Amino acid sequence: MNNLLLLPVVIPMFIGVILIFFVKNIRVQRAISVIGSLALLIASVYLAFAAYESNSQVLTLELGNWQAPFGIVLVGDMLATLLVALAGIVGLFSLLFAFQSIGEEREKSYFYSFFFFLLTGVNGAFLTGDLFNLFVFFEVMLISSYVLIVHGGTKFQLRESFKYMVINMVASIFFLVGVAYIYAVTGTLNMADLAEKVGVIGQDGMLNVIAIIFLIVFAMKGAFFPLYFWLPNAYAGPPAVVTALFAALLTKVGIYSIFRSFTLIFIHDREFTHTIILILAGLTMIFGVLGALSQFNINRILNFQIISQVGFMALGIGLYSPLAIAASVYYIVHDIIIKAALFFTAGATEKVAGTSDLKKMSGLLKTHPWLGWLFFITAMSFVGIPPLSGFFGKFGLVLGGIEVGTTLAYILVAVVLLVSLLNLLSMMRIFMKAFWGEKNDTEPKITNKQSIGLLRPIIPLVALSIVLGLGSEPAFQYALAIADQILDPSIYIDAVLSGK
Amino acid sequence: MEILMVLLVGLIFTVATYLVLTKSLLRVVLGLVLFSHGAHTLILTMGGLGTGDAPILGASETYTDPLPQALILTAIVISFGVTAFLLVMAYRTYKVHKTDDLDQLRGSSDE
Repeated sequence: MNNLLLLPVVIPMFIGVILIFFVKNIRVQRAISVIGSLALLIASVYLAFAAYESNSQVLTLELGNWQAPFGIVLVGDMLATLLVALAGIVGLFSLLFAFQSIGEEREKSYFYSFFFFLLTGVNGAFLTGDLFNLFVFFEVMLISSYVLIVHGGTKFQLRESFKYMVINMVASIFFLVGVAYIYAVTGTLNMADLAEKVGVIGQDGMLNVIAIIFLIVFAMKGAFFPLYFWLPNAYAGPPAVVTALFAALLTKVGIYSIFRSFTLIFIHDREFTHTIILILAGLTMIFGVLGALSQFNINRILNFQIISQVGFMALGIGLYSPLAIAASVYYIVHDIIIKAALFFTAGATEKVAGTSDLKKMSGLLKTHPWLGWLFFITAMSFVGIPPLSGFFGKFGLVLGGIEVGTTLAYILVAVVLLVSLLNLLSMMRIFMKAFWGEKNDTEPKITNKQSIGLLRPIIPLVALSIVLGLGSEPAFQYALAIADQILDPSIYIDAVLSGK
Repeated sequence: MEILMVLLVGLIFTVATYLVLTKSLLRVVLGLVLFSHGAHTLILTMGGLGTGDAPILGASETYTDPLPQALILTAIVISFGVTAFLLVMAYRTYKVHKTDDLDQLRGSSDE
């Protein structure tokens, strides 16, 4: 029992509700939201430490004292608490970036409330130990995301948000169908209990079908091949801070759910399920990066890069070895931080140039050196140039793939290396077109001095990425500990079902 | 009875799929509403239909499973809220774009 597990869900919810009352007073809203997100950050980092300290036993909370598997449990193992802590970090810096960039009109239209409701859903989805509760938190997250993605109501946003909503609603329906089927087969929805029951029943044809239904649902949210088609357009509409938040957190919730279900519940027929994940991961990487190379708009390039990175993170689950999963976890951490930084810099670049079309920009490095070099470091870290953090994730994945040693694993190692190269090409193209070269005759919309304010929330994130890269030894040890924990489902199952 | 219900769910899903694939905004919304009805009916069916008495402790020996109903109630409320939001958004999209034809709401590559 650990009541603190509820904090990452309850704090943003209350802050979101309180903010509704101060919707016309921007200053009060800002003060409350900073205090709220600081409190959230402290609570979630504390939880991450607590989960690390009690390494072998997972933190659990049975809500309303209903004993598992009958009630809903919140489960804070190392992976979940780590992701909650990262959501806290990204949340805080997104908020600071929003102050600079979002504009008064949006601030007065409940932007901050929905920002916090989104965090409620994300944290809840990370922490819950019940499949139906996961659906509910998905919906909490999605409803806030529907509002945030259409917030502002431009023509483009309305058109694309409708499609985004339809796709996500269909995915939610499939989620419900999956829940119904698995309840019919096993008679439970508690994840730990499910893991045990699926082990007893044996994962045959029926459960494989259910596994694939869940894979489709989570793949839709996480933007896997071939279900990523909705992402590039939908994420191009909203302001940079919303896209950054979505890129850093929403797709990760999909990937986290795949992590959870395919390392805990559906692990008995890996020949079938995990091979599919492996192939999908490879195709996601390739198609994502090819999409990025075909675009000339910063936002759209980065949107396709979200997709290609999803493949890297899914690779670890498909390979299913301690090293590969640790590398995937490390990669998720790196990606959450660097994606946020990357989208912030892209947003700042758009503000400076007044356009997101690469063909219309040139030589911004001369007038805005800070922005230019910050983008350069972020891009290098993103691509995986040592000693920045992206390198070690990819290095671990390559090592993990070679260690597994099947033909498919070797092919995927080759894909990882090739896609990394293409990633470098596409990021360098942004840098060359937008920052390098001669200054063109269009005046920058804001001066270097004004752009510094936009950059302030980005610097800590980039610093964090550098620290993560330089301190990769301890960070990787932590990731390996997480991998050990999630590769031994009995730890999770015992913690939930022992009824402490 | 369960077989019949499952067939019904299949029918609902077929109609819903057809509606979601049509071009009109409103039809797509109606398709999604039908989808969620289908899913809710499926949950109800999967819990087993009419196997016992009301689930009150001590009232009977055989109970009907109350959990699917609790799940459906939650799911209905969620789909109600989301559908309401989607309808408003569809209306706003129609107002702004002056069309409800999804073919004309297609994104073009050079924006």
